[in-house]
Formats: sequence, structure tokens, C-alpha cells
Amino acid sequence: MATKKTALTWTLAPAPESADHVKINAQYELFINGKWVKPKSGKYFDTINPANEKKLARIAEAGEADVDAAVKAARRAYDTVWSKMPASECAKYIYRIARLLQEKAREFAVIESMDGGKAIRESRDVDVPLAAAHFFYYAGWADKLHYAFPGKQVSPLGVAGQVIPWNFPLLMAAWKLAPALACGNTVVLKPAETTPLTALKLAELLQEAELPDGIVNIVTGAGATGAAVVNHPDVNKVAFTGSTGVGKLIQRATAGSGKKLTLELGGKAANIIFADAAIDQAVEGIINGIYFNQGHVCCAGSRLFVEEGVYDEVIRKLKHRMRSLVVGDPLDKNTDIGAINSREQLTTINRYLKAGVADGAEMYQPTCDLPNKGYWCRPTLFLNVAQSARIAQEEIFGPVLAVQTFRTVDEVIQKANNTPYGLSAGVWTDKGSKIFNLTSKLRAGVIWANTYNKFDPTSPFGGYKESGYGREGGMHGLGAYLDLN
Amino acid sequence: MATKTLTAPVRMPDPRTTPTIDQVGIEERVARIKSRSIKKETKVQGMKLALSMIDLTTLEGADTPNKVQQMCYKAMHLHDSLPGLPTVAAVCVYPSLVKVAKKALGDSGVKVASVSTAFPSGQAPRNVKIADTKFAVNEGADEIDMVISRGRFHSGDHAYVFDEIAAIKEACGDARLKVILETGELGTYDKVRLASDIAIAAGADFIKTSTGKINPAATMEVTLVMLHAIRDHYLRTGQMIAMKPAGGIRKSKEALHYLMMVKEELGPEWLDNHWFRFGASSLANDILMQLQKEADGRYQSADYFSND
Repeated sequence: MATKKTALTWTLAPAPESADHVKINAQYELFINGKWVKPKSGKYFDTINPANEKKLARIAEAGEADVDAAVKAARRAYDTVWSKMPASECAKYIYRIARLLQEKAREFAVIESMDGGKAIRESRDVDVPLAAAHFFYYAGWADKLHYAFPGKQVSPLGVAGQVIPWNFPLLMAAWKLAPALACGNTVVLKPAETTPLTALKLAELLQEAELPDGIVNIVTGAGATGAAVVNHPDVNKVAFTGSTGVGKLIQRATAGSGKKLTLELGGKAANIIFADAAIDQAVEGIINGIYFNQGHVCCAGSRLFVEEGVYDEVIRKLKHRMRSLVVGDPLDKNTDIGAINSREQLTTINRYLKAGVADGAEMYQPTCDLPNKGYWCRPTLFLNVAQSARIAQEEIFGPVLAVQTFRTVDEVIQKANNTPYGLSAGVWTDKGSKIFNLTSKLRAGVIWANTYNKFDPTSPFGGYKESGYGREGGMHGLGAYLDLN
Repeated sequence: MATKTLTAPVRMPDPRTTPTIDQVGIEERVARIKSRSIKKETKVQGMKLALSMIDLTTLEGADTPNKVQQMCYKAMHLHDSLPGLPTVAAVCVYPSLVKVAKKALGDSGVKVASVSTAFPSGQAPRNVKIADTKFAVNEGADEIDMVISRGRFHSGDHAYVFDEIAAIKEACGDARLKVILETGELGTYDKVRLASDIAIAAGADFIKTSTGKINPAATMEVTLVMLHAIRDHYLRTGQMIAMKPAGGIRKSKEALHYLMMVKEELGPEWLDNHWFRFGASSLANDILMQLQKEADGRYQSADYFSND
């Protein structure tokens, strides 16, 4: 609202979530064959808290020999244990993982926020509950796989090599592990180097669940470790979530190897607001679409298309709403936008902010204080963005929204599809027929109508075009981990 | 602050162009506001503010002058053992008791609000409603809380509702007019929005959710829809309209969430009892209990707080 003289600002007092109950070891080894093993590489790296740049733990870096040991352990566990066990017994372990995750939800949420920078509100209400829900959901499928694919013979693939990103560390681990295990596979999982802690805590949880040794192996490290997992000749299935650039490398590396591959890559989603939408709720949807998890979301609604007739209203309300977003300490319960995950990512985002201004777009950021230490970016809006501008074309992976206008349905479909990506999209209108028209013409794997960034284990997720292929979640997610004959 | 400056011509809003409301979106926004953690000095400041926004209310067939006098004393002396408390904003009574309240409150600054227009049903002829209103104003009411004709509204006679509000506004003279939509009888958020727009266009100084006689009374969701109507009017005309959720708000934590919603959706300018009120009777004591706890570090029994 317009600024006027006021007696009262009524600012929020700090409301920090306590981290006293959290146990983080000073050093973590590799989790291979149910044991904590020192890396043969002898190398370690630090994981830091991006909100204060303090070191949280020292993490082992797996080399090729370590990855080989992990794959061998997974193969042995597959041959001797997991493929022999009745599916209903496998399910019991997966249910147990889900229940333990719920019991330890608070600790996982706090560590997720410390290691990755995301607001505790999100790790507590979204990441951890959804991760548990994925284990619950896929546990139910374990002994019912034949019903998912009528008329087909289903069998597990063997050893799955999984490489996951830093934006939803625990949730992505759950997305990968739950269907793989439910389908009877064993796993070598490589978490991202900036956010390994919750995956390692999950390894502790797997020990507590008494999951037999070697069924899940967790090898930490950077790109080279990931490459070793992907390229290992005894891996039957590769699942990767991350950037399109790396996805292309993996596709090339696995070509002709007989490895089954699913890729969940980048996105540049169109969020489309029609004049007949419920505007105030659409504005909230825009906020949730782009500023959720600092915009570190592959399906973020990073391109906003507003029908010209309501452009002024939408922008005015959007700016007003942005001013009430709280940026700061991820562990504060009132924080809406936490820390940027790493210095490297902040540099990338800042480069795009410069490019946006240089290309002539009008930048808006609300004025708010930022902490002195750590990596921060205010929620950002770019107006007057050209379709050909870099900020409208390339994935920024930060809290940066590029706004464009449109006049007709055909025009907005054409603009929305005019991107190499095709992961997700949003449509806001009060008219049901318009929703169905658009959802059938937008080339995106996930399309939300009158909402955004909603996830559920029963719903498949995945992309078109350079956003990858294969689906995760739901019944569709089983197919990626099964041989169907 | 902007006061009543009618810039746009008074015109009936077109029901076909009233903004639509997405129920799921409203509920999600409210859930997010409720997840705000309001602690320490923010909590104390907010609770004192909420006290100063209360319309302390008694609307019973059994109300007597003595009952009203007691409530008026409470309005001015919420809990004298806790220093530094504000008075409430107003007391709210039936027209026949306005004079009693006015006398009891004297020059304390606490306003007298009177319900009118055949409260709570509104099922009376217009001349009766106008006479009811004029009586209350002549008795000294500073504010009038009218009810809209829900039956006419549902039957599609929006013009009747609009004209009636405008007529009551005229009868109010200098008294500020609160228009009760009785949202618990309207059924959908779309209808709440339309009724809000009609009331604002017809001259409401406040829009108010409920009589307190129907369940559900005020909810944060319905209040948010009405706040958005106020915001849109402000963006269009620059004129501020006040808001009053009434009925069902009993706990200080709820009140704090309402205030947070007002702050985030409208702005801090509305955090003032000229622009926001709570219609409530039991809320005051819960806030007093919480403030006492902030002062002493422990809760006291309800018996330490007067029931009026």
C-alpha cells in the first residue's frame, strides 16, 4: 500500500527454531555396505552453512575405487538379499524408514535448513513431510507391482546409480530411493556436495531401521564422484536430477551402455495470469511459484505472463506482497526467503541480475535488511522483459521473476512454449474451459491450474524437451525402476 | 490519514464484474499468515493494540441499564492492576441503551456503537430501519452497526441492498456506519466480495462480518476476502475503509493473526482503531490474562479478571 505516516510499524521479533537438539558429527565417512568407511581417496571437503559461512562438518570425498566398492556392495545385496526377499517384507523396511523419518522430522528439518539455507517453514512443512510421504506411498506399491502394469511381467533392474541436487536434498533422496527400493533394486546414491548432511543422517536412520547392509550406499563428493557412479559398468539404472548441461553429459555417457536412464533437468516455467483470474490469489500463487525455496526450484514459475488488461493491478499487488516477505535467518520461523545455497550460485544469480538490467529490463527489489555474513538475494522482479532477453530464456535458479504481457490465448501459448525447457507451467483463470484448452497445448510435464508448486507422491513429475524424460512419483514413477516384459 | 472524501461518483458495482475469489487460495494465504510466529515485544505490542480495537459488546434481550453501565466501566478500566493499558475502542449496545452507555462513558473517549436496522435479522420495512437508526443517533450513538437485507441480496435484488445502505448512511449523519454483511448467511466468498463492494460503494465507513448471532461468525478467511475489497477500493480511489470482524474471536493468538493479516495485506496504516476493530466480548479477558502472564511470568486463574 502507499506509504503514509503511521504510528506503528509492528515488526516481527526474532522467532528462531532451536538447533540444540540436533546432532551433527564433526566428520562423515562414506556409507558403504551398511558401514561408515573412510574414503580410499583419502580426501575430504567441508560443508558449510550458507547463512553464516560457518563449517558444519567434514565430508569424505569418494573416488572411483570408493564408488566401485559401493556398487559391488549394492550388487551383492541385490543378488543375495533384496531380490530374494518377499516383496511384502521389503515393504516393511520402507514403511519403517517412513515412520522413523516422521519421528525425527524436527531434526531433519533443522539440519536441512542449516546445510542448504532454506527457510525452516519450508523444510518443516514441505521437505520432510513430503519425503516421509514418498516412502509411505512407495512402500504400499512394493508387493502390488503387477497391478500397476496389467499384462506385463515386472522385474527389478538391479543396481541403481542416483545423483541428486542441492535444492531439496532430503526430498530428492526420498524421490529416488523410495521407488527404487519398492521395485526391488539396490542403490548407490550421490548427494550434492553443498548439501550432503541430511542424506548422511538418512544413512544413520537406515541403520536404525536395520535395513540389510548394502541395499542403500551413500557416496559423497562432487561432479567426479557423480561421474564415477554414472559410468560404473555394473550400474543398471541411472537417475539424475540436476542441470540440463550435466544431463546431456550423462545421456552421452550412458548411450549404448544398456543402462536405463531418467533425467529430471532444468526449467523455465511460464506462469500465466488471465484477466478473469482471482487476482489476489493469483498474486499469492506468483509469490509461491518463484520465491519458494529462494527460487532454487526446477519447476519455479520464473516467467510470468500477465494479460495486459490486469497488468498494472497485478504488478502493484505483487510489489506490495513482496514487501512483506521476510528475508534472513533460515532457522527463524518467520523467514520466507532463506539463504542462497552457495557462493557460486549467488554469483550466478547476480550475473543474471546484471544482465537483466543491461538488457534494459526494469528491476524491482523490496528494501529489506540482509545479514552481514552469508549468501543472500532479495526477491527480484524484472518488468519490460523481452522474450529474447537472457533472463527470459535461461534458467537462473534464484528468486528472480521475469514479467511479460500478452493479449490473446494463442499468443501466450506460443510464448510459453518458446523455450527449450518444458518442465512445468501455471494457469490462472476462473474459466474451466480455458484451463483445459491451455493444459492440452502447453508443452510441459506438470501444469498447475489456479495453484502452483504443489507436490504429492501420487502425482507423476517430469519434463518435456530439455527438461528431461521419465517420470518420478505416482504409478508412473515405478516404470523407471522396472523391467517390463 | 485519508478521511471521507468521496472522489468517485456513488455507483452500484456491477455484479458481473465483481472479482472472483478462489477459495483454496484464500485458505492457503490464511494458513500462511497463521504460521507467523508472533513473540516477545511484538506479541505485547500487538495485544495492547488489539485491546484498543475492541468493540465491547452486549446484545441480549435481557440487557439492562445496570448491565450496560458495568460493561462501560470495564471498557474504561480493563484491568487496573496492570498499568499502561488502553481503553477499548467502543461499546456496542442496542439503541434503547445508547443513552445509558453514553452517560456512563462520559468524556473517556470510548465510543458508543449501536446496532440498528432491525438487528440481527434486518427483516423490517425500510422506514422502520431508518427510524431505528435515527433514534440511535439522536440518543448519542457515535457509530451505527447496520445489517444488510440478506434475503434481498440472495434473491438478486442488489440494487435494493445498495439503496438501503445509502439511505441508512444518510440517516447516520456524522455517525460512522458499519455495514454487517452476515457472511455466515452468504454462502460463498464470491458473494461476500460482492456484498463488500456494494456496501463500500453505498457509503459504508466500516464493513463488518457478522452479527454474532449466526454460526459461523468471523473467520480469517472471510475477513481476508473483505480486506481485499477494501484494498481494491483504496487502490482505485485512495479512500480508506475500516474493517470489523465480529463474533467467534476469543483468543489473543487469533487476534494477533488478524492483525498480522491486516498489516501484510493492507499495510500498517490500518493498524489503528479508527480503521480496524474486533467485535468481541470474551477476547479482552484472554488478552488481559496473556498480558498479565507476560508481566509475571505465570498464568493467573480466570477468576482474577472481571466478567462483565
